[in-house]
Amino acid sequence: MSVVDVLVVGAGPAGLAAGIEVAKRGGRVCVVDRNLEPGGQLVKQIHKFFGSREHHAGVRGVDIAAQLLEEARALGVTLRLGWEVFAIQPGHAVDIVQAVADDATGSAGDAPTERFDARSVVLAAGAEENALQFEGWTLAGVMGAGAAQTLINVWRVRPGKRVLMVGAGNVGLIVTYQLLQAGVTVAAIIEAAPRIGGYGVHAAKIRRAGVPILTSHTILRAEGVECVEGAVVAQVDGTWCPIEGTERRFDVDVICVAVGLHPNTRLASLAGCRLVFSPALGGWVPLHNAFLETTVPGIYVAGDAAGIEEASTALEEGRLAGIAAYERLRDVDAEGHAEIAAIQRRLDDLRGGPFCGGIRAAKSALQTTGETPCPAT
Amino acid sequence: MRIERHPILGQLAEAREITLRVDGRVVKAREGEPIAAALAAAGIRVHRYTAKRSEARGILCAIGQCTDCAMIVNGMANVRTCITPVADGMVVETQRGVGRRSEM
Amino acid sequence: MPGNLSQDGYLSLDELRSAPGVPSHDRMRRGPVAVIECVQEIPCNPCEAACPHHAIRVGTPITNCPVLDPEKCTGCGLCVTQCPGLAIFVVDLSRSGETAAVTLPYEYLPLPEAGELVDVVDRSGEVVGRGRVLRAATTRATDRTAAVTVEVAREHGMNVRGIRREEVDGNGHDR
Repeated sequence: MSVVDVLVVGAGPAGLAAGIEVAKRGGRVCVVDRNLEPGGQLVKQIHKFFGSREHHAGVRGVDIAAQLLEEARALGVTLRLGWEVFAIQPGHAVDIVQAVADDATGSAGDAPTERFDARSVVLAAGAEENALQFEGWTLAGVMGAGAAQTLINVWRVRPGKRVLMVGAGNVGLIVTYQLLQAGVTVAAIIEAAPRIGGYGVHAAKIRRAGVPILTSHTILRAEGVECVEGAVVAQVDGTWCPIEGTERRFDVDVICVAVGLHPNTRLASLAGCRLVFSPALGGWVPLHNAFLETTVPGIYVAGDAAGIEEASTALEEGRLAGIAAYERLRDVDAEGHAEIAAIQRRLDDLRGGPFCGGIRAAKSALQTTGETPCPAT
Repeated sequence: MRIERHPILGQLAEAREITLRVDGRVVKAREGEPIAAALAAAGIRVHRYTAKRSEARGILCAIGQCTDCAMIVNGMANVRTCITPVADGMVVETQRGVGRRSEM
Repeated sequence: MPGNLSQDGYLSLDELRSAPGVPSHDRMRRGPVAVIECVQEIPCNPCEAACPHHAIRVGTPITNCPVLDPEKCTGCGLCVTQCPGLAIFVVDLSRSGETAAVTLPYEYLPLPEAGELVDVVDRSGEVVGRGRVLRAATTRATDRTAAVTVEVAREHGMNVRGIRREEVDGNGHDR
């Protein structure tokens, strides 16, 4: 059994940032990730980031990921890649199992396991893409927009020739742009709401590339025998119901679903953390305070696992959680408190503006009252 | 289906060629990539068939969470091909159902 | 074609006219000038730091929309490749021969070449005419965002925001 000060689950921006903060303070930290390639979703973001200079504005996500990894390695953060956490015992014994054997041989029953004794745990395993059920949704070729992004930006493989994108939030708009850059045609983006949810500048890029955005449209079905051969969409009325006679077929072989993400709460739930349902944060999320500690002392949460936001907020939350997890707050000195205050200020900056009103309210409510606000609509 | 040149990611780097056998057919792969990447590049989209209704399944999440990409690899069932790297001589088979005990 | 940002995904000329980053027609007639088509309050300010003439102001909070000082702006175009939203262009209506030059950010392959004739598109992606590529280049400083300058009919100076791309495969070959 290995003893660490902090065990971090997930080597995305939040997890790596947490590991870096612990290592900077001289703590022993291990970051566990089921993927052999660390960096989480950050490594797939090939566009330039928004924000300000301290938020890496203007730098491509993939390059930020490389910088983080280099920093983590230089500080001696232990990375266990290809391993998955499957249990967190009271007192923070953390059990991990090898998810990806070096040569995929051997049997699952014999996969090696290891136990860590951790003073604190940071849950930073991110999110899962929401599914959308429609007739034919299980055909090969229906995949998450994030999945398509993995194929094109990490695997360097095109998912197909022509895509229908479902969802005009930032993920749908950004992945559409990246599909175009990868040489894939996007026939259209459909969005059930009457408005485009993502940033205007992301929409503008793909509109001038000739991709139509059909608001107030939903997908009726995917057509095909085993694989997607087409998609039929229809306009919806004010009650989200398809309007008869407005059906339209697109000749596509891929349907990307970009209808939101929800926090991955499995380990938090297993560990006994109280979960609350917060629509603004993407669904069930572990209740956490301003220092990102859950209702189980010593278990922290950061990044999309603490509410769906962005890579830049994940990075900052990871830093905060790393400091809080290592110091357990009793021992935080003045310098540590100043750092935490600076992180919180940067988080406020990133959550400024009209796009983040719901998130600000939700995070604030979680952290002060432990309640979640009802959506304003 | 490979993206050889990309405006941001640049030229696809050289990689050692790996040979897989997928349902008896030779499929070329690049060292270091997951099995599902090689299949996608070869135009193979169906990874398995469901237990009850024998419905085709392919990549859904691509990051090891949903198991739709699971196949039998080197005789072992339920291997998530989207996170498992290719290896020389690897034998990959379309999985039907949840796998027999001998394949677990 | 009139547009509405949250409905159609692009700005109409009316929406643009009131944007603080969009200079007057007169200013465009005098020489190249930046046109910042950014009207939503998003935390973002690389444009401010990109300008060596301090012609762009965002300030705090960083959700402020960028304000252009058209007298300080020389139309050098450094901001075009620094905006993460690819929302900044340079328009020059001062050229002779009833033409305008539009510099736009471009992140696709193949990169057009100087001298090439291309179909030019408006914000909705519709082809509005032909254009001649004057310049197309990336540098280390632009980090893989190319600045492409096209010569178009003068009346299209505030319309043309893109080049029509052929349907190409990932290797830059026409389908």
